[in-house]
Amino acid sequence: MIRSLPGLAAFAAGLMGLGIFLALIVAPEDADQGISQRVFYIHVPIALTAYFCFGLGAWKALLLLWRGDERYDLESYVAIHQGTIFGALTLITGSIWARASWDVWWTWGSNQLVLFLVLFLFYCAYFMLRFSLEEGPRRARSSAVYALFGVVLIPVSFLAIRLAEDFIHPTVFTREGPQMTGTMFATFCVSWAAVTLLAYVLYRVELAGKRLDADLRELREVLQ
Amino acid sequence: MTYLADVAALTHKDLRIELRARDTLPAMLLFVLSTLVVFHFALPEGTGDAAAYGLLWVAIVFTALLGLSRAWVPEQEHGVLDGLVLAPSDRSAIWLGKTLATLAFLVASQVIALPAFVLFFAPLDLVALAGVLLADIGICAVGSLMAAMAAASRSREVLLPLLVLPLTIPLMVGGVGAAISPEGERYLLLLALYDGVFSVLSWASFEYVVTE
Repeated sequence: MIRSLPGLAAFAAGLMGLGIFLALIVAPEDADQGISQRVFYIHVPIALTAYFCFGLGAWKALLLLWRGDERYDLESYVAIHQGTIFGALTLITGSIWARASWDVWWTWGSNQLVLFLVLFLFYCAYFMLRFSLEEGPRRARSSAVYALFGVVLIPVSFLAIRLAEDFIHPTVFTREGPQMTGTMFATFCVSWAAVTLLAYVLYRVELAGKRLDADLRELREVLQ
Repeated sequence: MTYLADVAALTHKDLRIELRARDTLPAMLLFVLSTLVVFHFALPEGTGDAAAYGLLWVAIVFTALLGLSRAWVPEQEHGVLDGLVLAPSDRSAIWLGKTLATLAFLVASQVIALPAFVLFFAPLDLVALAGVLLADIGICAVGSLMAAMAAASRSREVLLPLLVLPLTIPLMVGGVGAAISPEGERYLLLLALYDGVFSVLSWASFEYVVTE
């Protein structure tokens, strides 16, 4: 399994390059927002990938609680780790976009961005929890339960943030420009595929590293 | 029926411990009243009622956190939690008993704190009160599970607010919305949805958190 990783990584890098090329050169300029709209091709795929990673982490957590197989613990943790990294990137790219189109670094008017901030804090607490528990099945299960709370929190928070707009932010920013053209949509799909693949490669690399680490520790204990 | 009897016995145990030792409730009461006084000085003149309602919710959440941080302390001593886990009852009954006891403390502290809020700051209507009650249920349900997780960790008191605060954001939105929005009922629905979803989730997952 590890042997296929360099090939996959090279493919992901190539696809990322293609995505960036399409986003910067080929896709037509947005009539409304101009060049700043191009961050969309990076920002939205990263955000979707972060959701996907959180979902994967929760799915592995569910499998852990269901089947009790220890290996799901590491898989769940690594997926959430990647999700948090991509979540941080979403906040950064979203902030850059907000600066370019609304002239502020942060806006409470963008539901998605606020949701990501809440999720980011939530998943940072996941790491705090994980690293302050003793290693073992109980830690695995507590982390899994917390990861499951995360995926339930996503829709509930989204609903709450939508409702909160009524009293916190009566005017809603609309970032929907004109309908996406075919080229724009194609560019978006390539970027999305590239970022998803990149996340998958990172997930596999980290997982392989963590497993090697655990195996090595076991070996060392046997040898001593 | 034995399930309900177990829950009742566990809640009763917590209430009786509190009646004898008086560890939690007086602290919560004093905390929430001091917080309200601090808020008086934090709110500049003419800030209006809306800001006061927001701060009331901060006070409620932090008071709940104070209560939750003490919630599993009696179980930590003398291996009580191990005994409860080994007892021939459903483990979720332990969670439900703790949630009900914490809820009782929180509501009891609010019986004093909310009139004080009305006296100091702004009136509360029925929808706002319903919002407080629904949010109390949600925060105790989620909080007692998180407190059980935090109690098993090395950094319990520090960890609990970090775990609970992101989860209380929908409750905050619902509670503040119920207090200040003209269509407060919509926010009650959000709170009821939150309570339903997260109570079932906490109820179902408690067993995994306490068993070795």
